[in-house]
Amino acid sequence: MLKIKNINTYYGQAQALKNVSLHLAEGEIVTLIGANGAGKTTLLNSLSGMVPPRSGQIIFNNVPINNLAAHRIVQMGISQVPEGRQVFKPLSVEDNLELGAYLHYKILGGGKAEVKKTSEMVYALFPILRERRKQLAGTLSGGEQQMLAIGRAFMARPKLILLDEPSMGLAPMVAQEIFRVIENLSREKKTTILLVEQNARAALKMANRGYVLENGRLILEGTAADLLENKDVQRAYLGKDKKEIWER
Amino acid sequence: MNIWDATHECMLRDELEQMQLERLQAIINRVHKNVTHYRKKFNEMGIIPEDICSLSDLTKLPLTTKDDLNLNYPYGMFAVPLREVVRIHSSSGTTSKPIVMGYTKNDIKIWSNLVARFMTAAGVTRDDVVQIAFRYGLFTGAFGVHYGAETIGASVIPMGTGNTEKQIMIMQDYKTTVLVSTPSYAIALADRIEQLGVDPKSLSLKFGLFGGEPWSEKMREEIESRLLLSATDNYGLSEVIGPGVAGECSCKKGLHIYEDAFIPEIIDPETGAVLPSGSAGELVLTTLTKEAVPMIRYRTGDITSLDYAQCECGRTLVRMKKIMRRSDDMLIIRGVNVFPSQIEDALFSVAQGETPYQLVVERKGAMDSLEVIIEVTDKIFSLELQKQRSFLEMIKKRIGSVTGINVDVTLVESKSILRQKGKITRVVDKRQI
Repeated sequence: MLKIKNINTYYGQAQALKNVSLHLAEGEIVTLIGANGAGKTTLLNSLSGMVPPRSGQIIFNNVPINNLAAHRIVQMGISQVPEGRQVFKPLSVEDNLELGAYLHYKILGGGKAEVKKTSEMVYALFPILRERRKQLAGTLSGGEQQMLAIGRAFMARPKLILLDEPSMGLAPMVAQEIFRVIENLSREKKTTILLVEQNARAALKMANRGYVLENGRLILEGTAADLLENKDVQRAYLGKDKKEIWER
Repeated sequence: MNIWDATHECMLRDELEQMQLERLQAIINRVHKNVTHYRKKFNEMGIIPEDICSLSDLTKLPLTTKDDLNLNYPYGMFAVPLREVVRIHSSSGTTSKPIVMGYTKNDIKIWSNLVARFMTAAGVTRDDVVQIAFRYGLFTGAFGVHYGAETIGASVIPMGTGNTEKQIMIMQDYKTTVLVSTPSYAIALADRIEQLGVDPKSLSLKFGLFGGEPWSEKMREEIESRLLLSATDNYGLSEVIGPGVAGECSCKKGLHIYEDAFIPEIIDPETGAVLPSGSAGELVLTTLTKEAVPMIRYRTGDITSLDYAQCECGRTLVRMKKIMRRSDDMLIIRGVNVFPSQIEDALFSVAQGETPYQLVVERKGAMDSLEVIIEVTDKIFSLELQKQRSFLEMIKKRIGSVTGINVDVTLVESKSILRQKGKITRVVDKRQI
């Protein structure tokens, strides 16, 4: 459904992505792993149009989207859940969700009934949000804010969700809950997911496939099971073999 | 028709090419970072990994030859530290030094599944009993097929080579359904079965998977009618992974190359230029999934052509013609690769100097034989008879240890080897296959 060929993305003079090619098939969970600064978030931002690539091709469901503005890309069916949740803290949970449905409501049609139906789906996914729906987003816990951010992205009824570090700063139990929901989104809502996650092990256990980014370049592609077995991945991202690193 | 890995064997061309590009870029990034040989070569040609933007950019990269592997003997081509390597295999090089290949744990898994593909394509299932009559040891053949068969879940008999009568006894008593060997050994087995008066109908053989050396359609017919099995060809080479690069399906119209793991190209062996699709030329392979020793544009030395038309079996993978020729002087004797230069090195080192010689390859019965004919020189002539005999023994031993095959060594009179324009034809291959 998504095909990226040779994208190069820059921040001013600094090149953050070098000739990155990647694909996602419908219904897949694909994870990107790599150290800090490897370019994972940049790749998500390039896809969503926040930091458009300077060159290369991004084709989503047979339509090139690399020159589209961010809001047009959301309209095409790609929603991003940004790093650090970025919920609208002074607004209520309900209002946050409705804002997520803005495009859907405005452009795709379906009216209020459709928005209501979608928010019911979100409440079914995250029952706690229903309880807190009148509460201001800023008063929610970190885990709840993450759920809200995912729910808000889902309100646009995306075909593809880009998730940036969803477990960041969360207690392990809460993180597990978030992972469970992500799997649910994929399995039951048939949403395709591109996941950037600091917890590489958890991400690989959940994903079908993965890519390893290093200094802006992709150095590995493989099934999640193969990557879990790869010694480079184990050493660098799974915390194995820390003691004696053999160097030539 | 059974397909082991339908996701990767039946991909749409468009999807396959996207995956190939991603994997190619990743492997170029990796070898550029981890293998000095490639980094140096790329630098010399002024290439950086970002120059590879499409599959056709592959032609910008340098070809890799057996000599490169010899120069980097033993571990210079490895892209991972040795501690991540769980297996080391080797095969003959163009010189007396062999070529060393390593596998990570993942490589073994990938390899097993590639072999499982052609075994499944040939008809093998978990209900089969597989007798492997390849030599175990440094060669990749036996281990590759062994893993593939185990991955499918078949029962494996790790028989090894030779001991033909015992092979036949096991075949009868253990009810072997799949024979894995070189095609010439299959014919030798058929001969022995006939001599022993065993009725081939009393055997349980269903499939024969043959590889390791070129064989003709005529040989296929002979093997199929005498052993009453369906015979398929498979292709591979140690430098690239071992068996599991390509294999025939039951249509028997060419060998499917597993393109999600290898990119094939056909080049003109003289100029190195890539030839248009369909032309015959030397097969060049780039590995896409190997971790320990990735190969970029490796010259196989095998002459074939590629057919991109879709096969009836449903696989979308390209097919290559059965290999019948080499682009270099490598000989394949009983499935073992032998370079005349290796024999010359061994001979001259024992003789302590240049000696006129000729190599004669013949097929005696079903098996290949290699005879080294040496002309008597003054130095040899002056030796006592006993010393002469031990001199010949020594040559035989030295050649045997370098090449891994037994040869016959014959001494002939001075100037008795036929010369054309004053030169001896070094290799005479009398085999008709």
